[in-house]
Amino acid sequence: MLQILFDALSLGSLYALGALGIALIFGVMRLVNFAHGDVIAFCVFALLWPSTDAMAIVFAGQLPWYLLVPFVLLCGAGLSVLCEIVVFRRFRNANPATMMIASFALGFVIRYFLLMLFSSRPKSINLLPELSQPIEIFGARLPLLQLITIIATMLILIGLTLFLRRTRFGLEMRAAAENFSMARMLGVRANRVIMGAFALSGALAGAIALIFGVQTGTADIQMGAAIMLMAFIATVIGGLGSLAGAVLAGFLLGAASVIMQVMLPIDARPFRDAFVYGAVILVLLFRPQGLISARGTKERV
Amino acid sequence: MSLLALSDITIRYSRLTAVRDVSFSMDEGEILFITGPNGAGKSSLLRAIAGVTPVAGGRIDLAGHEITGQAPENIARLGFSMVPEGRDVFGSLTTEENLLVGTGMHARDRGWRSRTAGDLEAVYATFPMLKERRHGQAGLLSGGQQQMLVIGRALMTNPRLIAIDEPSLGLAPNINDQVYERLIALRAQRQLTLLIVEQSSARAMMVGGRMILMRGGQIVLDGDARTLGNGEAIQAAYFGYEDH
Repeated sequence: MLQILFDALSLGSLYALGALGIALIFGVMRLVNFAHGDVIAFCVFALLWPSTDAMAIVFAGQLPWYLLVPFVLLCGAGLSVLCEIVVFRRFRNANPATMMIASFALGFVIRYFLLMLFSSRPKSINLLPELSQPIEIFGARLPLLQLITIIATMLILIGLTLFLRRTRFGLEMRAAAENFSMARMLGVRANRVIMGAFALSGALAGAIALIFGVQTGTADIQMGAAIMLMAFIATVIGGLGSLAGAVLAGFLLGAASVIMQVMLPIDARPFRDAFVYGAVILVLLFRPQGLISARGTKERV
Repeated sequence: MSLLALSDITIRYSRLTAVRDVSFSMDEGEILFITGPNGAGKSSLLRAIAGVTPVAGGRIDLAGHEITGQAPENIARLGFSMVPEGRDVFGSLTTEENLLVGTGMHARDRGWRSRTAGDLEAVYATFPMLKERRHGQAGLLSGGQQQMLVIGRALMTNPRLIAIDEPSLGLAPNINDQVYERLIALRAQRQLTLLIVEQSSARAMMVGGRMILMRGGQIVLDGDARTLGNGEAIQAAYFGYEDH
């Protein structure tokens, strides 16, 4: 039972962090950033030396954890900010659909860049092996990583909340997310806020990359896309642009996946995802605006 | 030299011309009403000054700087503070957070912290009910309270010129009277320069000051509000008698 709870929480953590990364950017510029998943993949590969061999040549991955973690977070933030400056800034006044297509294209550019350097074969990597040790809590045997994933996610969520509530930059970001042009008329610098959102979102992508990399022990250029899909669904269920909603829906999706894995009859288990997505449709039928609707996205009359 | 000067401003929304060759200027300390019927181009004009609506032609100068085509955040830094139509309160933020959003642009100035605290107290002294609700969600304030909040929010940026778009919109007449009472008191207190857009010219005649009357994207009348108000010209401007 405890095992199920921890599985649900740790899977939910991944989805929640992913959804948060998408919601942060959507909040300030109404962009659904489909390149987010590929930023995650990029962060994993940033730990490896470029080669097309099946065996990964671990490069930055050998760093001790206290250097490794900031390195990956910075990689994510850096790439994400670069995407903003080089690509999204040109689309600032474009309509949301145009920006979304641009983000798709950008995602493919990043993915094929990785493909060129690393080939498409998934590589096995052995990151922070000590985290795979099981530990015993209340009679349940859990991998240490699961516990750390959950704790790290909680810390990130608390840190982000404090940042948004207590700092001047956080205040400006919340104001801009709700009404961008009014915030600008009050002197809030558009570029600064948007770059801040991209940097935060990229750092979150880095965090996901680390957790996912350690968990699966492989680096695969497709890995980002899988999380991205779930994270995107979580942002929609949560109410696009609502950060709290994104986190809540991320955890709910994680819980739904794990619970169905356990509860469904054996024959139906291979179709688990169909049941999860079915539930998604049901939720959206009853609450098309998402669980928590974001104020800023409402049409003004 | 005038604080704000517009020359030959034209604003187009795709093929529709909202404002055509409008020029006027304002001096420091002046109160100017822009009135006129719906669709006269009043709001477009304010939004163009604020930098959120692009102009198709002409030039705008504020405090000795050309601001045509500048970003809104830079125009705000020159001392222009906008209170838009519909108020645009940040509903998910608290009342106090709303007041503080616009103070960040002066964060590098010396003594910013103490001055911000002082400004906050001054705003609370003018609008005591904002202080009562300071930690409450701003979206839950009543319409009148929200109107006071956005005026306070504009004051917090230490502006040289405050532009207010239709402060009466959606407010009960007695609440509207209160809003104007405070505005006039503030103006006397701080030598504020006010640019106010209203659909009806009645308020301008009551308050006094200068009035510009717009119709069909152009200025039809420009003069003292009290003398203009009594003339037949104003009826013509609203109802378009001169066309017949």
